[in-house]
Amino acid sequence: MSDRSRRTFLKNSVSALGAGWLASNWPGIVAAQEHAQQMAARDFPTQFAFFTPEQGADVAAMAAQIIPTDDTPGAREAGCVYFIDSGLTTFLRDNQPLYTQGLKDLEAKTQELFPAAGKFSDLSSAQQIQLLTAIEKTPFFTAVRNHTIIGMFASPKHGGNQDEVGWKLIGFEDTLNFKAPFGYYDAVTNPRR
Amino acid sequence: MKQYEPTTEVDFVVIGAGAAGGIMAKELSVAGFSVVVLEQGGWGAYGHEEDSNKDELQNRFPTEADRLMSDPKRQRNTFRRSEDEKATPGNHSYGMVVGGGTVVYGGSSWRHLPWEFKEASTVGTIAGSGLADWPITYEELEPYYTKAEWEMGISGLRIDSPLFAPMSKPYPLPPLPIKSSGALFEVAAAKLGLTAVPSPMAVISEAYHGRSGCISCGMCSGFSCQVKARSSSAVAMFPIAEQTGRCEIRPNSYVREISVDKKGRVTGAIYFDAQKREIFQKAKAVVLSANGTESARLLLLSKSSQFPDGLANSSGVVGKYLMSGNNAGASAIFEHPLNEYKGIISCSGIIDWVASDAKRGFYGGGRLTARGQQPPIEYALGGPHDGPRWGAAYKKALKEQANRKMIISSFITQLPVETNRVDLDPDVKDDWGLPAMRITSTSHADDIKNMEFFTAKSVEVLQAAGATKVWPDQVHDSRGGPHSRGTCRMGNDPKTSVVDKFHRAHDVPNLYVVDGSSFVTGGRNHPTMTIQSLAFRAADHIIQQAKS
Repeated sequence: MSDRSRRTFLKNSVSALGAGWLASNWPGIVAAQEHAQQMAARDFPTQFAFFTPEQGADVAAMAAQIIPTDDTPGAREAGCVYFIDSGLTTFLRDNQPLYTQGLKDLEAKTQELFPAAGKFSDLSSAQQIQLLTAIEKTPFFTAVRNHTIIGMFASPKHGGNQDEVGWKLIGFEDTLNFKAPFGYYDAVTNPRR
Repeated sequence: MKQYEPTTEVDFVVIGAGAAGGIMAKELSVAGFSVVVLEQGGWGAYGHEEDSNKDELQNRFPTEADRLMSDPKRQRNTFRRSEDEKATPGNHSYGMVVGGGTVVYGGSSWRHLPWEFKEASTVGTIAGSGLADWPITYEELEPYYTKAEWEMGISGLRIDSPLFAPMSKPYPLPPLPIKSSGALFEVAAAKLGLTAVPSPMAVISEAYHGRSGCISCGMCSGFSCQVKARSSSAVAMFPIAEQTGRCEIRPNSYVREISVDKKGRVTGAIYFDAQKREIFQKAKAVVLSANGTESARLLLLSKSSQFPDGLANSSGVVGKYLMSGNNAGASAIFEHPLNEYKGIISCSGIIDWVASDAKRGFYGGGRLTARGQQPPIEYALGGPHDGPRWGAAYKKALKEQANRKMIISSFITQLPVETNRVDLDPDVKDDWGLPAMRITSTSHADDIKNMEFFTAKSVEVLQAAGATKVWPDQVHDSRGGPHSRGTCRMGNDPKTSVVDKFHRAHDVPNLYVVDGSSFVTGGRNHPTMTIQSLAFRAADHIIQQAKS
């Protein structure tokens, strides 16, 4: 969506609220729109290498509960599902059977706990957390938990940690070259020299 | 690089390209001998360290070519607590690459203290242990500690204290920059009346011998050093050895047997090359430096009619007295960021309890070291202390604790016990059809009490440093690891030791065993500097003998 058509769209959709409201809320609305546009433009793969679209949606939903989005980006923005998908065709390929069976079990568990609902990825957040808590000791959940976290904090070149959102979360700079002082306590005291 | 035909009888085959193997190869080739070094691992980044892989994910999941540590699934090993159990698959591993463990270790380089060489005479023997005197004194080894420190390149501060080893020369390089964990150590030490000193480190703090000083990248342990500041055998010893034109380094060579003739003298080594073909490299003498577990295993694998219980094993001692090394400690978080992910692995040690003290009611001593270096994936997988393993609360705590954490790891004694040992698993074989290494180990009761003591001291120090929260580690009896010592112990009596005071096998005049397996007592669990000094001394003796 071009910049001009975006503004037109926005103006038309909120025109009912009045010019005053629009003027005072414009920066926040633009920021949200920009974020959404950046998300759409981000270079996520359009197709999974290993997962079916349904499996990918389920794993993405699991990852989004393992490292949720709150006031900071989470696994979804980091692209953890793409990291895992790509990994399952390379260095994580021994886990393919675990994921294939685990995702079948996940859907079976969804039917068991929430018979009226659809797939795991369609459940509400509270329902997803309830289900994942019930399976959190299983080898499948443990693998997804570990792989989500690895994807969140590995170098972005591996498909996760996009825009370094994982590294920014924990304040890690990957320059691999630092000079003292390193932290608060050596800066303050530095008694050796 | 010089390359020898296997059928050429070189002067020395050195088995293992690690801390000791590198020094032996360099000293012997400089002295004029022809040397072939057979190394189980690969080249790593040898000769092009600037290409060292610092990607944490690729380091966790290395390709075979990138591998720096042994793989417990291929360098297969099993573990059991006692002879009453059947051993199950183990996780023991060690540095496996040209340069060995010195390529990937943090670099702590403490010397043993003078009295450590005669603890049985001074402390007395401890029931249920093989605590014994070394056949050498600190005074005999001291010139070689100095030689090792200056040739490898160690950064540190010479301290005049009974808690610190006496040094005839200072360290060649000043200590590395202090980190927040070290500054907090000094706060605690001032408050509690303790002695905090810079850790002697095999990481150069400034340019030395044509190598760059440390750039504090924060990725030491488990990674190769991209600026050659880590003083490994790969950057400090092998380039000199190669330059003599007499030393060949031959990696991807897994030695399966040291062969002997009818007179009981070694004739060379049989190894598997990268294509699993068996090749026999002839040699006039063999130096075995395969580490404190693999050297014993290779002797046990090298059976013959002259040595039915394994080469050089008339005493029956080969494999016994294994010390894998116990640690103890605690973690804490502080109000302000420490950023321990920057800089070397450990900058400071508290040394007041290095000696054993009978008043404590058990044998044991050690050093507390300030630590915290942790790259992102490792930090996040471990997760926040005492916290959930996933979800909103996990993420929140992970963020809050990030960069505010330090740990204390205490490096402490472990008694040599005869039944703690390396031998050959009767059932499990590795991918080459050789019996897997079996480790049998349960620490002496005094070692458990020692771990509890140092856990409590670690908590006390972190509290005195002003931590907002402290978590003691669980006491954990070691199951293996890269600090292995004791399995081919040195001694004057061939009935109770494997090698003599100059590392020559009592049973085999042209076989030397030089690595952590030579240790009689384990020290305070930082073996590398003592391994290096023993190697310089062994090489010096071999060279003097050959010239006379």
